[in-house]
Amino acid sequence: MSKFKRGTKKGVGAINTASLPDIVFMLLFFFMVTTVMKETTLKVNITLPGATQIKKLEKKSLVSFIYIGEPTRAYQSLYGTTPRIQLNDAFAKVDDIRDFISSERDAMDENDKALMTVSLKVDQNTKMGIVTDVKQALRKSNALKINYSTRKDDSFLK
Amino acid sequence: MAKRELQEINAGSMADIAFLLLIFFLVTTTMDTDTGIARKLPPMPEHQEKQENKVKERNVFIVLINKNDQLLVEGKPTKINQLREKTKEFIVNPLNKEDLPEKKTIDVPYFGQYQVTKGIISLQNDRGTSYKSYIQVQNELAAAINELRDNLAMQKFGKKYEDLPEDQADAIQKIYPMAISEAEPKNVGG
Repeated sequence: MSKFKRGTKKGVGAINTASLPDIVFMLLFFFMVTTVMKETTLKVNITLPGATQIKKLEKKSLVSFIYIGEPTRAYQSLYGTTPRIQLNDAFAKVDDIRDFISSERDAMDENDKALMTVSLKVDQNTKMGIVTDVKQALRKSNALKINYSTRKDDSFLK
Repeated sequence: MAKRELQEINAGSMADIAFLLLIFFLVTTTMDTDTGIARKLPPMPEHQEKQENKVKERNVFIVLINKNDQLLVEGKPTKINQLREKTKEFIVNPLNKEDLPEKKTIDVPYFGQYQVTKGIISLQNDRGTSYKSYIQVQNELAAAINELRDNLAMQKFGKKYEDLPEDQADAIQKIYPMAISEAEPKNVGG
């Protein structure tokens, strides 16, 4: 008359895994929806400068990107190592910015045109000369909202 | 002959397939959102005539960056980590010094009559300045103004500036505007 049963080991029953696919599918859909595929392949090397007073860039559809930096190694034999501008998938000159902006603007909704933002992704070792030229070109094409792309870093203050 | 029952499809491998896809999306997803310093460029002047804005010298906070990334603030060489304090002192002018900007009294909602500085920050850089130090300077100037705004918002509303409703934020913006002006680029060479 012992209180504890002995012998007859009751094995733990197999866990029901019928709902496992459902859970995995849920996760899968979450990641599928949040994923943004890379649209452009960078042809320039960019290390963004650090800053602390940063804001998030919202509404990706309103943002156009301008990349400035040294060409990557594959293109260095063709273009050298002086910093260059990349628009969409190709190298460009300062004069091409006007066309680029107007085509980006045409692709937008009428209501969104005023909210268009240009994000400048510039390598931290670039000289300001080319950046100033780009800014002047943006002013000429009336794209005045800009965003200097940076990453969060405060080491330069120490 | 009895009708053959449709056999159930074995769904055991469903989880494996889903896992495979899941892992693919997990790996390709980049969660980083783009961040940066937002600025507004001044519109291009319609006429190419030179308009001389008459701004008193005491009202302008001149920040120069040369091609060796050295700072000259109000005529004195300065380190990047001193810039924030200097900017704050310039904007607030707590002791009403003669060489710091004047103030004008304007009517601000929530605050009533308030003494607002007339000072503006002027930033000039060389073509040879590195983008990195340009951003650092922009960052410090923005930091100075943001800190002042935060302090005032804390004092008055007990919240950070970012968390304020729009009308209160506007009031604070009136008191501490983001008045950073960039000089028209000059071709001086170097």
